[in-house]
Amino acid sequence: MDQKLANSMPRILAHDVNIYYGEKHAIKNLSVEIPDRAVSAFIGPSGCGKSTFLRSINRMNDTIASCRMTGEVLLDGKSIYAPDVDVVQLRSHVGMVFQKPNPFPKSIFENVAYGPRIHGLAKNKTDLEEMVVNSLKKASLFEEVKDRLNASGTGLSGGQQQRLCIARAIAVNPEVILMDEPCSALDPIATARIEELIDELKQNYCIIIVTHSMQQAARVSQRTAFFHLGTLVEYGETNDIFTSPKDKRTQDYITGRFG
Amino acid sequence: MQSSHVFIVLLVLAIAAFVVGRVRVLQLRNAGQSVHSLPFYHGMYFAICTSLLPILVLGLWMVASHYTINSWVTSALPQDILAQSQGDRSLSISMIDSLAEKSNMLSASEIATLRAGGDAATTILTQHNIGLSQNPEAFVIDAALHKTALVQSAAWIISALCLMLAMLGFYYAWRKQSEDLRTRNIVEELFRYVLMAASSIAILTTAGIVLSVLSESIAFFKSVPIASFLFGTVWDPRFSAAGAEASAGQFGLLPLLWGTFFITIVALAVAIPVGLTAAIYMSEYASSKMRGFTKPALEVLAGIPTIVYGFFALTTFGPFLQSAGAKAGLDISPNSVLSAGFVMGVMIIPFVSSLSDDILSAVPNSLREGSYGLGATQSETIKKVVLPAALPGIVGACLLAVSRAVGETMIVVLAAGIAANLTANPFKPVTTITVKIVSQLTGDLEFNSPQTLVAFALGLTLFVFTLGLNVLALHIVRKYREQYE
Ligand SMILES: Nc1ncnc2c1ncn2[C@@H]1O[C@H](COP(=O)(O)OP(=O)(O)OP(=O)(O)O)[C@@H](O)[C@H]1O
Ligand SMILES: [Mg+2]
Repeated sequence: MDQKLANSMPRILAHDVNIYYGEKHAIKNLSVEIPDRAVSAFIGPSGCGKSTFLRSINRMNDTIASCRMTGEVLLDGKSIYAPDVDVVQLRSHVGMVFQKPNPFPKSIFENVAYGPRIHGLAKNKTDLEEMVVNSLKKASLFEEVKDRLNASGTGLSGGQQQRLCIARAIAVNPEVILMDEPCSALDPIATARIEELIDELKQNYCIIIVTHSMQQAARVSQRTAFFHLGTLVEYGETNDIFTSPKDKRTQDYITGRFG
Repeated sequence: MQSSHVFIVLLVLAIAAFVVGRVRVLQLRNAGQSVHSLPFYHGMYFAICTSLLPILVLGLWMVASHYTINSWVTSALPQDILAQSQGDRSLSISMIDSLAEKSNMLSASEIATLRAGGDAATTILTQHNIGLSQNPEAFVIDAALHKTALVQSAAWIISALCLMLAMLGFYYAWRKQSEDLRTRNIVEELFRYVLMAASSIAILTTAGIVLSVLSESIAFFKSVPIASFLFGTVWDPRFSAAGAEASAGQFGLLPLLWGTFFITIVALAVAIPVGLTAAIYMSEYASSKMRGFTKPALEVLAGIPTIVYGFFALTTFGPFLQSAGAKAGLDISPNSVLSAGFVMGVMIIPFVSSLSDDILSAVPNSLREGSYGLGATQSETIKKVVLPAALPGIVGACLLAVSRAVGETMIVVLAAGIAANLTANPFKPVTTITVKIVSQLTGDLEFNSPQTLVAFALGLTLFVFTLGLNVLALHIVRKYREQYE
């Protein structure tokens, strides 16, 4: 491990978080500290609440009417659920790549330019074009779409859409990036490129990635959290989780005995 | 036997054939054969073979019999009757028809009395409730009897033909049926044709309406030059009725077209902003409870009869505008474009709002989340993501509103009047195409004078107008469409 994680101040701190969808108790008493300038991976069987917790970090659950939450989530020591927090500003700092690719029904260019436009990041047209091209390149999509930037984003293949959504998210330079299974529809080559991107981004940013691939978690992350039935079972250095898990459920899961 | 009886008999036969076909294939199956299609399809095959052809024949006959028999009867009329003017001839024919309808209730002696004429004949006519204003002449009675005989024998022939075809069809199915017969494929194929026929009915009806309007319009354009209709700026059809010579320009379409256009524009200027913002509020901002109340409440507006809107405009809104205008130093007449357009706009708000609301709600939530996730505000999300994605549907909703506005008559009559003015002043009365169609077709008018025929030309114009709008909207939608799956 080349990173000094131990004593740095956590970027994100969740304390005693409970999340409900109506009657359903989706996240139970979850507390966790997520370090800056590192990649944390969330793993766990399907339906265990990874996405739900991830979405609580940029208050995306606010858009779901039936969703309630208690507890606290701190970003840089400040509660993001405090009444005076500007949700819009929060989300521009905490970017998100959704589990299901959701490109806007606009051109590829407009999809990526959307964030920079609404935040006024580009000084002029060439500046904006540069941003779009850079983001597409980082998401390793540029080569495939450079001739048809004006074609609709929804006309891309599933994996291309996923990379378009990654490009769209990084175009606004968020400090924290939440990625919900960003490589689920990608081939090994595209996956490797995205992992390179994640490696590069972690030099400056805080990244959380949800994944169903143990190998991917082991490859890209410094910390790993194992979720099971709405509880955080185990959280620690990725190496430790994969080599000497403390909990039996973690061990069963990573050795493929259930889930 | 009447056609409806034959039809019922054919249906019963079809059901019987269904049962036979089904039972027979079940026997085959029980005997251990492997059967290609399910028994249901074999039953359907039998039913179709038995009844399809006879029902088609019967249907054709029902459509054609009226014309065929009439032309036979007419051609058998005496020479001097045939030589009469068209009006007299059609009078004779309608007399024949009314007598023929009742003639099988008359006994031979009664017919003899009819022939004799006089008061006795008149009594018989009233007794049997026959709608003739005078005693029929001999040739009328002959022709009526001839017609009755024809109708009766034709009915028998057709019935016999249908039953024979049914038997033949059943025999054919009986011979054809085997365990390998792919009745499922045959029935599925037929089902496709049934669906095709249903959709072609709609198309054919439209074509028929257009053709009939077109032919009447052509008759109109024979007496009024097409250019003076299309480009004439004066609408005054009654003047030419009084005068001997129809002078050009009196059937000028422009005032009506302009009136229609003007009122529609005012109505849309009210309905689209209000309706669309209401829709955005309902689908994006309102809580589900609020939406459950607001939406039906708005839809109540659509349930108010337009005549009620009309007198609201006439008695309340028009006078209100007038007095408000007087205070502001404006001369607003109680019948005005503004009054009609505004009230019409209120009437079509629910069309815009309710449809647009459905369309906005159908935009997937994942798109909104994607936008929020990039730090967009709610209004930015609506403006840049939700509305563009819903645009085709919203244009469709607005178009529906336009066609409602263009077709609206009652509000215009009461709120804008019937004076065909060509004015750009929204405070003056104008009138629309539909209003003039109504006023040209009501009252005591000959049916082939330009005064009535112009209604068809107006109808045709309206049709072309809305068709053009549709094409335009389709083009807009194609061009700016942002499709989501
Ligand atoms: N919008 C919602 N309404 C109601 N229940 C929900 C909703 N979203 C998720 N849930 C429930 O919350 C639980 C956790 O869901 P979540 O999406 O967080 O799982 P996950 O760990 O991301 O699973 P996966 O790996 O399949 O994506 C599940 O049992 C799910 O049924
Ligand atoms: Mg998930």
